[in-house]
Amino acid sequence: MQSLDVQFAALADPTRRALLARLAQGEATVNQLADPFEMTQPAISQHLKVLEDAGLIVSRVEGTRRPRRLASAGIEAMDQWLAMLRSTMEKNYDRLDEVLADSEKKGTTR
Amino acid sequence: MNKMTLQTEGDTHVVVTRHFAASPEAVYRAHTDPELIKKWLLGPDGWSMPVCVSEARPGGKIRYEWTNGKGRGFYQTGEFLELEPFRRIVHVARMHLPEPTPDNHTETTFEQDGDGTLMTLRMTLPDETSRETMLASGMESGMETSYARLEGML
Repeated sequence: MQSLDVQFAALADPTRRALLARLAQGEATVNQLADPFEMTQPAISQHLKVLEDAGLIVSRVEGTRRPRRLASAGIEAMDQWLAMLRSTMEKNYDRLDEVLADSEKKGTTR
Repeated sequence: MNKMTLQTEGDTHVVVTRHFAASPEAVYRAHTDPELIKKWLLGPDGWSMPVCVSEARPGGKIRYEWTNGKGRGFYQTGEFLELEPFRRIVHVARMHLPEPTPDNHTETTFEQDGDGTLMTLRMTLPDETSRETMLASGMESGMETSYARLEGML
């Protein structure tokens, strides 16, 4: 499993999130990825390297091209961690709503 | 209205916001009064908190013990660092599984928001090793344990 700190850092950048969103639609080359971003190819390659080092994407060699795609395991590890945190907290705060409503009732009847 | 938001901030923080239909004073009390904390800070259904120590003053101790009533349990210890009544709480805490996890640092603020309160919780993520441990153990022993362990981060 890749470091989750590195993954959070990789996702902190809007361009990299956009690149991931594009790759979620399927494999793409650097040229294809650079197109909609109006960025130079080296700049895109630099972002792709950060994503690849974080274990969020993988590349394969196809002649002179290196198409990138999402690495599902890395994405899932962090998603799962955040999903567990979210689920726990939502449950707690729904319960807290009830506790607060009860206190309110007691307060007004006092 | 009461929808919770959860977002990552930079590479080491998670920021959570939640609106409550009660005054900042009431929401603050629910985070500091042990009798109130026991009623809601429980994680998944089926868990309870038989022991709750919450000494709401700088340097005051925090100790939460949870049990699922079927022989499983764990606990969290911590300390309050800063308290501004009804506005802000800063505390550190660690889980004991039973080995202590590294300290988590959390700042919680309570602001008037219409008739209610907007609570914002900014937590420093546990370091990568403890997150990986939590995640790995969650995969091995099922979500219930993981939910329970993550509970300690609140």
